[in-house]
Amino acid sequence: MAIFVYAESHDGKYKKAGLEAVSYAKATADVAGDTVTAIVFGNATADELYKYGASKVVKVDNAALAKFDANSYAKALAEVAQGDVVVLPSTNEGATIAPVLAYKTGASLVTNVEKSPTAVSPFTVARKAFSGKGVETVAVSGKVVVTVLQNAFGAKENAVSGSEESASVSVSDADAKVKVVSTEMASSDKIDLKEADIVVSAGRGMKGPENWGMIEDLAKVLGAATASSKPVADIGWRPHAEHVGQTGKAIAPNLYIAVGISGAIQHLAGVNGSKTIVVINNDPEAPFFKAADYGIVGDAFEIVPKLTEELKKYKGQA
Amino acid sequence: MKILVCISSVPDTTAKINFTADGKSFDKNGVQFVINPHDEFSLNKAVELQEKQGATVTILTVGDATVDPVMRKALAIGANDGIRIDADARDDFFVATQIAKAAKDGGFDLVLTGKESIDYNGGSVPGLVAAMLDYGFVNGCIGLDVEGSSAKAVREIDGGKETVEVTLPAVIAGQKGLVDEAALRIPNMRGIMQARTKQIAVVAPEATETKVEVVGYVKPAERGNVTLIDKDNVAELVRLLHEEAKVI
Repeated sequence: MAIFVYAESHDGKYKKAGLEAVSYAKATADVAGDTVTAIVFGNATADELYKYGASKVVKVDNAALAKFDANSYAKALAEVAQGDVVVLPSTNEGATIAPVLAYKTGASLVTNVEKSPTAVSPFTVARKAFSGKGVETVAVSGKVVVTVLQNAFGAKENAVSGSEESASVSVSDADAKVKVVSTEMASSDKIDLKEADIVVSAGRGMKGPENWGMIEDLAKVLGAATASSKPVADIGWRPHAEHVGQTGKAIAPNLYIAVGISGAIQHLAGVNGSKTIVVINNDPEAPFFKAADYGIVGDAFEIVPKLTEELKKYKGQA
Repeated sequence: MKILVCISSVPDTTAKINFTADGKSFDKNGVQFVINPHDEFSLNKAVELQEKQGATVTILTVGDATVDPVMRKALAIGANDGIRIDADARDDFFVATQIAKAAKDGGFDLVLTGKESIDYNGGSVPGLVAAMLDYGFVNGCIGLDVEGSSAKAVREIDGGKETVEVTLPAVIAGQKGLVDEAALRIPNMRGIMQARTKQIAVVAPEATETKVEVVGYVKPAERGNVTLIDKDNVAELVRLLHEEAKVI
């Protein structure tokens, strides 16, 4: 029996989190002495997944799956992913499908895992808890549905030879319990905050929305996404979609640069999964410095443009 | 319309997180418990529907008598009454089973929850409840209008948002944005007084199989002390990020 994984894709392209999930399934398969079967809805190409360790790719082509619905997607996966372990990315989509899939297949559900399992029988794995202030290890007997925390595991190339097949599922429009009326996507040239490797974030220290140009310039040279603290999202200086923190998004980029953010606990709860944290603040007592790897005390309006200049030099762009 | 709002009692965000000596559970000593922040948005939405459309709002919490203060706070915000399932919130399947039973027994039209609780970060309960009851499920809800037996909801999706329609009864997992931040109610004196006499029915739990065993908890590795870089030597930060942190 294989380790199954839902390789989430949109418009023919795999989501980074979908590739991470395939890598996770491959790491799990290695622990189990097993192989990976990836499930794809839509028309993304199979061979990209062989690179990440899937030796079988099952493509499901069903018109009823064109628009997302938790019940329909869970029903489809329950039909094609008949195994003891099913992996999904912990994206909005994956996190919404997973509980419904778990219930339909009588599986246990383990969400937001951060590391590959140390054993598969019982499935023993570490997961995020206490908003990043704790790590919980659980052991599950029997079938398990697992969601992988974004940016925690990484998309690791581990090429195998693979084959592709088609499968049909008995899903029809009648299975959709939630009907999509309209979808509004943020502009496609913006890097998705949850997927970004590097994030540049700013807060009240910026003094006004008109000063964000230097933040956007820094983000551009780094190929980074932009984020913000809660207060500046609440007063409309930045869009709500940028708010990272306890009631905003939780992110875990490789590099998080915080400019003019004091570092309240609620903010840290959204960014403590970052591998490296840089804090730029003119208050040496700002609590964020205690949670940072690197820090510069000083005027952000002087430091940030200098940092952008130095980065351009480093990247040979100056 | 009958609304069931699921409230989790969670450690306050600023609480120091410690685990018992055997590492098997969270150490509650000295910890202040509050309404799960995401649940607050759902609760406020329910009270808004109560005021605008005459809905009744029942809160439900799974927990022993120590969760009573948190439930009273939710009642003070405006809920009509409450149900306390007298048991520890052991795992997501257990909690979802209790909610599903209460939702069905009470004939609730709308089950509102928070998207995730800030203690165990499961995010599993709302979807499990929906699946158990075979109800429509809207996750990450940032807007909700109810008209008759159907609801129009806006949900946050990766990279944008989506407007959807679902017939009631349904399960909606809310988050920040479901009501305006400025509209979050703070219990006033009158609300707190009234909350003291509102009914909380105490219900015995339904037994479930435990399939997920907690092996243990640890605190994550601490970040070392911050390396401070002089503001006049920004190039040093670039060097460290490349050579030491290896993130650029």
